[in-house]
Amino acid sequence: MIPVAFDYKKATSVDEALAALAAGGEDAKILGGGQSLLPVLRLRLNAPSVVVDCSTIDELKGVCEDGNNVVVGAGTTHYDVIKNPMVNQSVSLLAKATASVADPQIRHRGTLGGALAHADPRADQPPVALALDAEFNIAGPGGRRTVSAADFFIGPFETAVGPDEILVSVAFPKLDGWGSHYEKFNRTAQAWSIVGAAAAVRMDGGKIAEARIGLTNVGGTPHRATTVEQALVGASSIAEVEAACAHASDGLEAFADDDADVDYREHLARVLTARAVAKAAGLS
Amino acid sequence: MHQLHQEITVTVDGISYERAVEPRTLLVHFLREDLGKVGTVVGCDTSNCGACTVLVNGQSTKSCSMLAVQADGAEVTTIQGVSDGNEWHPVQSAFKECHGLQCGYCTPGMVMSSIDLLNENPNPSEEEIREGLEGNLCRCTGYHNIVKSVQRAAEMMEGAK
Repeated sequence: MIPVAFDYKKATSVDEALAALAAGGEDAKILGGGQSLLPVLRLRLNAPSVVVDCSTIDELKGVCEDGNNVVVGAGTTHYDVIKNPMVNQSVSLLAKATASVADPQIRHRGTLGGALAHADPRADQPPVALALDAEFNIAGPGGRRTVSAADFFIGPFETAVGPDEILVSVAFPKLDGWGSHYEKFNRTAQAWSIVGAAAAVRMDGGKIAEARIGLTNVGGTPHRATTVEQALVGASSIAEVEAACAHASDGLEAFADDDADVDYREHLARVLTARAVAKAAGLS
Repeated sequence: MHQLHQEITVTVDGISYERAVEPRTLLVHFLREDLGKVGTVVGCDTSNCGACTVLVNGQSTKSCSMLAVQADGAEVTTIQGVSDGNEWHPVQSAFKECHGLQCGYCTPGMVMSSIDLLNENPNPSEEEIREGLEGNLCRCTGYHNIVKSVQRAAEMMEGAK
């Protein structure tokens, strides 16, 4: 369908974009890669007063090092995240989860910041950001602020980014030497996760010394499986990993939909977490 | 009232165009209706099928999922720009040779995605081809002959070097 008519403002800087958002009021929409916004516009599920195009703002693009963090600009495309050597070296879980997003065409245009700020419960990067304790840099009329991943995701399609604010970048603590894997379960090509499990582990002497686990699409926001993280410490075999990952459904407020009922979602959480951890740890 | 038109300059299949477009115009509609590039088709209008795939600055893109105004300054290649007018592109020849199509509706997008795939990975495995074409749906062939076509195109392009 042809989208509803809207005004268009191409912003060349974050400040210009903030001014355009302020002028546009609550019906202004940010356009990044457009891979979430365009389908919504085409279905006429949204009728923005103004679309503020942030896709050419240099400050929002690229990956850089900041002390112990890898900082990814919100406007960096999935493709550029996957291809980035620093991301692959120090935040490999992000590269692996991003490589599973949709299809090549979508990954060429879609952006990390867009996926995180859109906060679709089925999206693959939010659980990664949560598991890795990423920090979100947000610009608003009052200046810049930093929000932790634990406080960023508020509900389905709802984050700490206000209507007059812009997500600028996301800082991921470096985890050089950690193993990682993203295990995604879906029915068809390019489909969203029914459930996904993101795992990063640090091995020491053949045993798991530390683990970080985030789950996709088991609730309205990504889920951090802290019980599993603790239970995994010391595990050195598949059987021990599976026993620890039996806790993956602990405290889950899983929901039912056309793809899976509650029991099945909990089952997937346990099984996929065990697979992701085993692969991240190099156990077979 | 919303602003009516926005000026853009875009290069499509090697020719530069200056046009005024409504901001809400999708790139695929601009290509078909303003420039007559009807080789690029609308399949699903839901971002799934990939029939409308074109190259934007060399990268495969679903032209239903991009605004025409976002193509300002970009170089777009459609299915109508891959041949030089005399010789087919090797991917086109390979699709013909290997019967990589039946009804042909997905073919423009399949060819564009295959060109991008082979640019990035000149010698892909079967699995890499299937994953690389994940964004293009075909309801006729069952994909087997499409995979063969891409493998054949890879051979032809390697041989032409």
